[in-house]
Amino acid sequence: MTDASLNTASTQTGEAGFGDYFALLKPRVMTLVVFTALVGLLAAPVSVHPVVGFAAILFIAVGGGASGALNMWWDADIDAVMKRTARRPIPSGKVTGDEAFAIGMTLSAFAVVFLALATNWVAAGLLAFTIFFYVVIYSMWLKRWTPQNIVIGGAAGAFPPMIGWAAATGTVSIESVLMFALIFMWTPPHFWALALFMRSDYDEAGVPMLTVTHGRRATRVHILVYTILLAALAIGTGFTAVGGPIYLAVAVVLNVMFLIGAVRIWRRDEVMSEADNYAVEKKVFRLSLYYLFAHFGAIALEAGLAPFGFGGW
Amino acid sequence: MSFRQEHELHKRRFGRNLGLGVILAGLVALVFGLTVVKVSNDDFSVETQASGGQN
Repeated sequence: MTDASLNTASTQTGEAGFGDYFALLKPRVMTLVVFTALVGLLAAPVSVHPVVGFAAILFIAVGGGASGALNMWWDADIDAVMKRTARRPIPSGKVTGDEAFAIGMTLSAFAVVFLALATNWVAAGLLAFTIFFYVVIYSMWLKRWTPQNIVIGGAAGAFPPMIGWAAATGTVSIESVLMFALIFMWTPPHFWALALFMRSDYDEAGVPMLTVTHGRRATRVHILVYTILLAALAIGTGFTAVGGPIYLAVAVVLNVMFLIGAVRIWRRDEVMSEADNYAVEKKVFRLSLYYLFAHFGAIALEAGLAPFGFGGW
Repeated sequence: MSFRQEHELHKRRFGRNLGLGVILAGLVALVFGLTVVKVSNDDFSVETQASGGQN
């Protein structure tokens, strides 16, 4: 019995629990949204009242969660086929697609309006655009159409620090664009490393991942190229206003580690990877998670130390 | 013996209602907090002083 037949059989809808509705908001993705948006807010050169800052991060998180619910509503058919996503609330039959759509739309409107009231319309406009980008541009259009889906779709996940910055300053500036670019460039090698070892998932779902359309060799080359570009950007950011000695040290160490990992992925072939059950690919994927948290943590640390005469240049 | 037997379904429903109740209470507290911060910030008081000066 395949996963697909298992999930088609379990489309009954029971009474969903609170946790099932919460799972629609993709809580794990939300942690990244909350963290990067918070760093964007803290790194901004304008102080924000803690209550306003808390509200801003909360509404950005709710907006991000709402886009996750709308993504699950739209992608329920392919989620049911992929092992990684088959237990999500809609394919597992706990929540109906209509409920997910209603929750997603309601929370989107709520988050945008409340972010505008709590902070400003620039931040709210960016949040609205992020939701639109993730749901319409990425989920509905690019994801099933082009193998560059991850590259362009990664922009949606890159907006939160920019929204956090805008919530504090009311503007978009070079520093917030750099934080956006950092996540934007990080997303492709992060997801392609995952696609290499979750090999059958995307094939079965018919999602045109690079591994499916251009082959696994091309994916390994792409990971290396994007990692080189990412390293240049991440280290270069260290010399700007959001950087500083701490950030630069973190960036140099982690980018060297990430580059070594990308080169090792590039030098391997499928026979080697299957022999050790994709150990290197899995290691680089895990490293990529620490990579992003460490970079943004360092930006936050630079901003946090600045009032005491440390941090920044 | 109660008329209606407690079912797992009722527990789930209760959990859902409790969760929503907590969220709504939190929202009320947050909106109240935001209102206090917005009303007591500098921009607001400057405007009040300016209009007071014209009278």
